[in-house]
Amino acid sequence: MHKNEDKWEIAPKNNLFELKLNEVWAYRDLLVLLVRRDFVSFYKQTILGPLWFFIQPLFTTIIFTFIFGNLAGISTDGLPKPLFYMAGITAWNYFADCLTKTSTVFKDNANIFGKVYFPRLIMPLSIVVSNLVRFGVQMLLFLTMMIYYYLNGATFNITWAISLFPLIVLLMALLGLGTGMLISAMTTKYRDLSFLVGFGVQLLMYATTVIYPLSTAIEKYPKYSWLIEYNPMTPLIETFRYGFLGEGSFSWESLGYATGITAFFLVIGIVIFNKVEKTFVDTV
Amino acid sequence: MSTAIKVENLSKAYQLGDIGTGTISRDLERWYARIRGREDPFLRIGETNDRSIKGYSDVVWSLKDINFEIEQGDAVGIIGRNGAGKSTLLKILSKVTAPTSGKITGKGRIASLLEVGTGFHPELSGRENIFLNGAILGMRKHEIKRKLDEIVDFAGIERYLDTPVKRYSSGMYVRLAFAVAAHLESEILIVDEVLAVGDAEFQKKCLGKMGEVSKGEGRTVLFVSHNMAAINAFCKKGILLKNGLVEFSGSSNDVITKYISEAESNTFRVLDVHNNNFSIETVQIFQSNNDDGDLDISQDTTILLNTSSASSFEKVHINLYFKSIEGILIFVTSSLPQFYKAGHTSYKCVIPANTLNDNMYTLDLMVVDHNANALIEISEMISFELIERKRDALWMGKEQGLIRPTYFPWEIEFSEKNI
Repeated sequence: MHKNEDKWEIAPKNNLFELKLNEVWAYRDLLVLLVRRDFVSFYKQTILGPLWFFIQPLFTTIIFTFIFGNLAGISTDGLPKPLFYMAGITAWNYFADCLTKTSTVFKDNANIFGKVYFPRLIMPLSIVVSNLVRFGVQMLLFLTMMIYYYLNGATFNITWAISLFPLIVLLMALLGLGTGMLISAMTTKYRDLSFLVGFGVQLLMYATTVIYPLSTAIEKYPKYSWLIEYNPMTPLIETFRYGFLGEGSFSWESLGYATGITAFFLVIGIVIFNKVEKTFVDTV
Repeated sequence: MSTAIKVENLSKAYQLGDIGTGTISRDLERWYARIRGREDPFLRIGETNDRSIKGYSDVVWSLKDINFEIEQGDAVGIIGRNGAGKSTLLKILSKVTAPTSGKITGKGRIASLLEVGTGFHPELSGRENIFLNGAILGMRKHEIKRKLDEIVDFAGIERYLDTPVKRYSSGMYVRLAFAVAAHLESEILIVDEVLAVGDAEFQKKCLGKMGEVSKGEGRTVLFVSHNMAAINAFCKKGILLKNGLVEFSGSSNDVITKYISEAESNTFRVLDVHNNNFSIETVQIFQSNNDDGDLDISQDTTILLNTSSASSFEKVHINLYFKSIEGILIFVTSSLPQFYKAGHTSYKCVIPANTLNDNMYTLDLMVVDHNANALIEISEMISFELIERKRDALWMGKEQGLIRPTYFPWEIEFSEKNI
């Protein structure tokens, strides 16, 4: 016989904060399968397979080392250059991938969303988790490099802040998810935003401490460094570097600030996403 | 019996035309109206959705104040012409889009098949896709695992189970997709004409499965189709939608009769459908020595099409599809390919007397160019009814069959047998 839980109602508007997390939980198998799909289909019919996960950060590191490190001579706080860049790139890529992929989630899945109902939140979540797998693989590369440099006598030291690593990953994921959902909900109506995301993320990278340490920025451009400091990704990457390599500007205030901004974007993103989710099929 | 689905004052408005420039200003206007407590300036209530008439606003009501209830365990067919709101209703029921006002309440898990194979990934194998598609449709992994053998068996693709579905034939693809959907466990099943796919044998299998679902397992089924025969076979009840309103509901038999009788015999229609400098202007159906308007089966029936073209075309021909009101294609007749100059051309196609039965017929039209591309396609271009005034026979009941040609020669020979 029917239990009370089986009852449902279809009404025009969602409650703003109604997340339907129990529904998301009921569809957890879908989340796993979507992550699997992303992972498997990524390297199907390729020769190098999962190795491609390494190639992108590796080559970016080499090029950054050459251009920014050697050619432009930007300081790396005394850390081995490849290690410095690799730390920034690995963390930044995770955030950027979460943001860009979730920002097109409605557009990319319009045909599925138009035919079947499942909690829409599953899709952005699956993107964040898929990228987490990728991030995990790239972290292995980073750790391998750390060991290599350690054995070769490079000077860096792991600090206690490494214990904040799970928090940093979570914050990066949620920040990417929140802003991505916000943008994706708006792009269903205003396509202009999707153009903005493409190069916006690229530009944002230069306003984050990926290729230079925060200390240098403050020292060289004391007037404008607030731009970089107000960027919520800056404290996350700085803390990441401080934890793993022992160099970087870490403070509880800036980390708290990043947490606040993340929470803000996450809430706004979820509210707008919830609002759009029900009727986006008509406008996309 | 309890109610499985209850629809109350359900309405859905769509924005016509472009959504783009002007969206922000319109959104602001809307928002301003709302904070003043005024009615949304872009939703003017009181217009029916008739696509052939030009409306006053840019908003069209695809569904307007729909009310109905569906009992648990009933199989209900939803009928209506194109644009009557059937798909919108299904979309709302499937939670793909939200209604503009009104609500639906119900109980039991809903499985909706608006399309088969949603979310199939071409690179993944058949097995992986069964799991993915099943999960998208709302199945748990262990449920799918339990039913895997059954699904594979039903689809008949065992040999290809570990091959990426991009290498499947389109038939296999559809079979696999339907198989997953057919094995969904749910209390309410919503099906949108997915049966119009696959080969004849597979269709039979699907129809069989549908029948099993609606009769045997006691599930509530909502079925949208143009195929009246299928609706008649599976559904006890029916709902007829017209221009976004519930026109009639009752037993499926009554609803189908109503639907058929509504298809008025328009013997003349201005179409004005054009594409690429070619246009079909009017269509007319008449019998030359018959003035009272009713078309008689014992007379030649003429279909007259007026076309025009603004430029010359190499070779163009016209196909006419004769369909029964249930949507069954009876035959196709084609004109000879014709060289076209800019100007008007009329086509006359004569159906000889005593060919058609006393039925309702619907014509679809397709204009094909020299590259075998369809220039124009019009479904349900015109429908007409033939009647039988006089019959010289003993049997006075309804003659069976979609057509009734009487000019097939019979040869009868008698020989006296010597015992």
